[in-house]
Amino acid sequence: MLSIHNLTFQGLGPFAFEVADGECVAIQGASGTGKSLLLRAIADLDPNAGDVRLDGVAREAFTGPQWRRRVGYLATDAGWWRPRVGDHFADWSAVEADVEAFGLPPDCRDWEVARLSTGERQRLALLRMLGGGPKVLLLDEPTSALDEATTHAVEARIERQREAGCPVVWVTHDAAQARRVALRRFTLRDGELQAG
Amino acid sequence: MNGYIRLETLDLVLAALLLFLNGGLSLAFSLGLEKRLLIAGARMVVQLAAVGLVLKALFATVSPWLTGGVALLMILFAGREIVARQERPFAGWWAYGLGVGCMATAAVAVTLFALTAQVQADPWYHPRFALPLLGMVLGNTMTGIALGMDTLTTAIPRERAAVEAQLALGATRFEAMRPLARSAMRSALMPMINAMAATGLVALPGMMTGQILSGVDPIEATKYQLLIMFLIVGGTGLGSVSAVLGGVLRATDERHRLRPERLRKV
Repeated sequence: MLSIHNLTFQGLGPFAFEVADGECVAIQGASGTGKSLLLRAIADLDPNAGDVRLDGVAREAFTGPQWRRRVGYLATDAGWWRPRVGDHFADWSAVEADVEAFGLPPDCRDWEVARLSTGERQRLALLRMLGGGPKVLLLDEPTSALDEATTHAVEARIERQREAGCPVVWVTHDAAQARRVALRRFTLRDGELQAG
Repeated sequence: MNGYIRLETLDLVLAALLLFLNGGLSLAFSLGLEKRLLIAGARMVVQLAAVGLVLKALFATVSPWLTGGVALLMILFAGREIVARQERPFAGWWAYGLGVGCMATAAVAVTLFALTAQVQADPWYHPRFALPLLGMVLGNTMTGIALGMDTLTTAIPRERAAVEAQLALGATRFEAMRPLARSAMRSALMPMINAMAATGLVALPGMMTGQILSGVDPIEATKYQLLIMFLIVGGTGLGSVSAVLGGVLRATDERHRLRPERLRKV
């Protein structure tokens, strides 16, 4: 379970909500309201204050890297730091099945990152994060650059992760997607999370 | 052919005619440089004459305090130069403090090493040895640190997504910043490596030329030049590596976050 209390950052908040094991919470809201900042604050990527716990254990009990290996944050346009796709994966064989399910050719492991389309980068960045085995998923518009078929493939993959017990926080602009993936939905408006 | 040939004022006036020849060329081809030539030439004459007089006075007194004071002034000026050569340095006093701290520590340590171990001046702080040695080490260390810090600080906003992607996956700040730190250290050290490789082939180093002109045996002058080159290598390496590591620490925090807002605003 991911629990958040009194979370403040960059003049926003305090935020408080909990995500149970195997639950997906969707967060919607206009651009620039701080949805990405909220996810970044939970992942402790920006300076923030508040009580964030994973299964009851406070974030302060972990180093930053330990926390982020458990609480996986996926940026909309996540960066790459090596020339080739495969260099970013510790174990390519673990993601091979997903690569195919996501409509990517098996040889994309040898592709140059510079050659990837935005949608290809988005799918591969998700697989890169799942490969690290996170316990919580913080997803920032993970399908914003995908067509309908691949969007459904990605949703199905995250659904599997959720069913395995992962708490998921899913930021999306797409109200239909929010209804599909999450039973509990919030809208970030005027610096606070409102139900619905 | 031994001994030192003294220059008279008339010799310099004759040589200075070349400056006016340049001015004439600028006028003839309307390069618009004659005013700048004149100002730069005048600055050179005044600055060098002043340095000569200051050094003469210092050598006459051999005071550790005065020597130390001049050394400190040199370091502070070099620190300003380090900041000025960076496009987007760290905000506040960090750019200056980090640059001066690393440069001063490295250059002073290397100079003291030379003064006590190899040159063995008597007394060790004699300005005739301490100040020229420090000056040469300082100048090169300054260039190295400025290049390294400029490479690092311009890479931070540019590579932000790549660094944060690694941090988000659980990399430590040192793992995530390693490519940036590596290229910063490389650009700090490359000029010095190139200088070592080319020295003697393209041009004789200034200090060696000076010693030869003043009557020193070329082999002895070569030995001094080698000593200086080794000192420069040591100072540049220590100074720029420590400055880049300090920069990596300042650009991140203890929770292993990237903190690009600590750079000066654009």
